[in-house]
Amino acid sequence: MKDFPPKLSRRSVLKGAAATVTAAGASTLGAPMIWAQNIKDVTLRQFGTGVSNLNEVAARVKEDLGFTLEMTALDSDAVTQRAATQPDSFDIADIEYWICKKVWPTGNLQAMDVNKIKNYDKIVGIFRDGKLTPESTIAQGTAPHSVGFVDGVDGKEFVAEESGWMTLIPTIYNADTLGIRPDLIGREINTWAELLNPEFAGKASILDISSIGIMDAAMVCEAMGEIAYGDKGNMTKEEIDKTMAIFTEAKKAGQFRAFWKTFDESVNLMASGEVVIQSMWSPAITAVRSQGIPCVYQPLKEGYRSWGGGIGLSKSLSGLELDAAYEYINWYLDGWVGGFLMRQGYYSAVPETSKNHMSEDEWGFWFEGKPAQGDITNPFGKVMEKAGAVRDGGSFYDRMGAVACWNAVMDENQHMVRKWNEFIAA
Amino acid sequence: MRNLLKNRHLSGWLLAAPLSAVLLLFLVLPIVMIVVVSFWGATEFSIYPAFLFDNYAFLFGSPVTYSVFFNTFKYAAITWVFTLGIGFTVAYFLAFHVRTLTWQIALFLLCTIPFWTSNIIRMISWIPFLGRNGLANSTLISWGVIDEPVEWLLFSDFSVILAFVHLYTLFMVVPIFNTMMRIDRSLIEAAYDNGASGLQTLTNVIIPLTKPGIMIGSIFVVTLVMGDFITVRFMSGSQSANVGRLISNDIALLQYPSAAATAVVLLATVLLIIAVLLRFVDIRKEL
Repeated sequence: MKDFPPKLSRRSVLKGAAATVTAAGASTLGAPMIWAQNIKDVTLRQFGTGVSNLNEVAARVKEDLGFTLEMTALDSDAVTQRAATQPDSFDIADIEYWICKKVWPTGNLQAMDVNKIKNYDKIVGIFRDGKLTPESTIAQGTAPHSVGFVDGVDGKEFVAEESGWMTLIPTIYNADTLGIRPDLIGREINTWAELLNPEFAGKASILDISSIGIMDAAMVCEAMGEIAYGDKGNMTKEEIDKTMAIFTEAKKAGQFRAFWKTFDESVNLMASGEVVIQSMWSPAITAVRSQGIPCVYQPLKEGYRSWGGGIGLSKSLSGLELDAAYEYINWYLDGWVGGFLMRQGYYSAVPETSKNHMSEDEWGFWFEGKPAQGDITNPFGKVMEKAGAVRDGGSFYDRMGAVACWNAVMDENQHMVRKWNEFIAA
Repeated sequence: MRNLLKNRHLSGWLLAAPLSAVLLLFLVLPIVMIVVVSFWGATEFSIYPAFLFDNYAFLFGSPVTYSVFFNTFKYAAITWVFTLGIGFTVAYFLAFHVRTLTWQIALFLLCTIPFWTSNIIRMISWIPFLGRNGLANSTLISWGVIDEPVEWLLFSDFSVILAFVHLYTLFMVVPIFNTMMRIDRSLIEAAYDNGASGLQTLTNVIIPLTKPGIMIGSIFVVTLVMGDFITVRFMSGSQSANVGRLISNDIALLQYPSAAATAVVLLATVLLIIAVLLRFVDIRKEL
């Protein structure tokens, strides 16, 4: 590998592999030939939450890059657990930024050299200096840029500035809000406080993943005017206790129909009409809607709770595998995956490359918040929206600009988890 | 002579060795590990060896533990009553009312058919049935029994216990049926000849002779219910907790020592219950 001619991009070698190998023979391009053949034997094991661990991506990697990507989809808790405790079981971790804050100190991941990332300069500001536009203010919680950089390849401490060593390469992110069934509610919903409105007693739900659920709970309590938080992403013990007290009371009064932990559960609760208002994720809304059931991802005046995911490299990656991993990351940011994910309602880290892989109408609908000109289909060809439809919440800048809080890990995490368990057992 | 004895001794040990080794390796050792880890300490993402009583102190100091253990006992007790009632009746019917062996076998196999699908599927299939717009509610509404959908059918203690009873009744039927089949029929004839009524025969002859089966079935059901977490999670819509869920939550949050401590307490409780059950019947003698 070390003999590899530095000027020759690995991508070009790969693309012309067959031709070059036969034409040039082993004399001048010996090493690349070995590499080009070896890369086919490389298998990278990636795991992460179901949202971005898609078989289509693995299939496309095989096609474009030649090596094998094995995907394992797990829930957020299991992802954290694996990243923290089984470093040898994966090569690439597809995790959220708040999980990164928790897992990075274990030393199971290695930082990435941004010089090897082709599209680094085009990555959205949120993941670099924290600002969407130069005028933006940074939302509360574990903002991605705050855990995005360390001071070296083995750096343990997060640093504030763009140091050139990235912990995670951002892949997808979105702004979350409440999902509602407009047909069963029949009136306008515009605040988080509606989740605990007795009008929806027995028909509300919240997700049972403590670190995310507590954020939704905080958005609700703040909207109700019950609690004024210093920082929702890093609550004090008193704030946690008060928040959980309000929710425990609501639970005992029968406000909630159920709690959900997985994507499918949230879809079923909404589609079956068991629940009419709940915390929800964007593709779950899409899944409900594609069953022909009306479901809206309701923008609320207090703003969104946002999350971001990225891929990190296992510390045990080296040599050929490490090169393949960088190749994969560059491919990831090159636009095809971005387009694939944006057509499901997520945002990609480098929107401008994704644009090349979307039609003008799709780009207008998903990114710019314009009315659809024709049918909008998802990546699997299913019609999602008819002509004239407008995305809930509007354009990228309207939605990501209205983020009130990022998913976070708090200093009082252990206390929060205990309180959350009490809430579930109450 | 002496040599032979010695050899016999030796061969006895050798014969017992494989099973002992397996049990030691896969039963005793893991439990010892759990007990050891229950004294360890934990940070957010790692565990470290120590000898701390923190995990137990927190466990016994938290009101959540008591309510969750109470909930677990409640599920176990109610499920036991229903599975015993249904299981005994089914076994009794199979053993004493079905006359031919062919039919007994056929009907017994019929009971096991649901077991061809997975536990989880049998449980989850209740959800659309019991839901607000599910089959049960729409049928009741169309019959005019109720006007509004009944909410407590799903995501309640009712649905949890319903699923438990559905899942575990067979564990009661099999051992009870088995012991009933081995009751000497002439004993029942004798009871009738001595003028005992049907009920008297049942309470004085059949139930005492079926006790070992009932005990084995009870042990199955109680341990299964007390160790469960997935049924409670799905059927209560995550709204109720039992000890199993407490442990699974801890594991999910990487709090292995605390999970181990809870597991040790649960194990001790279940063993205690089984010890009490075994006081009633000497299974070894009866088998």
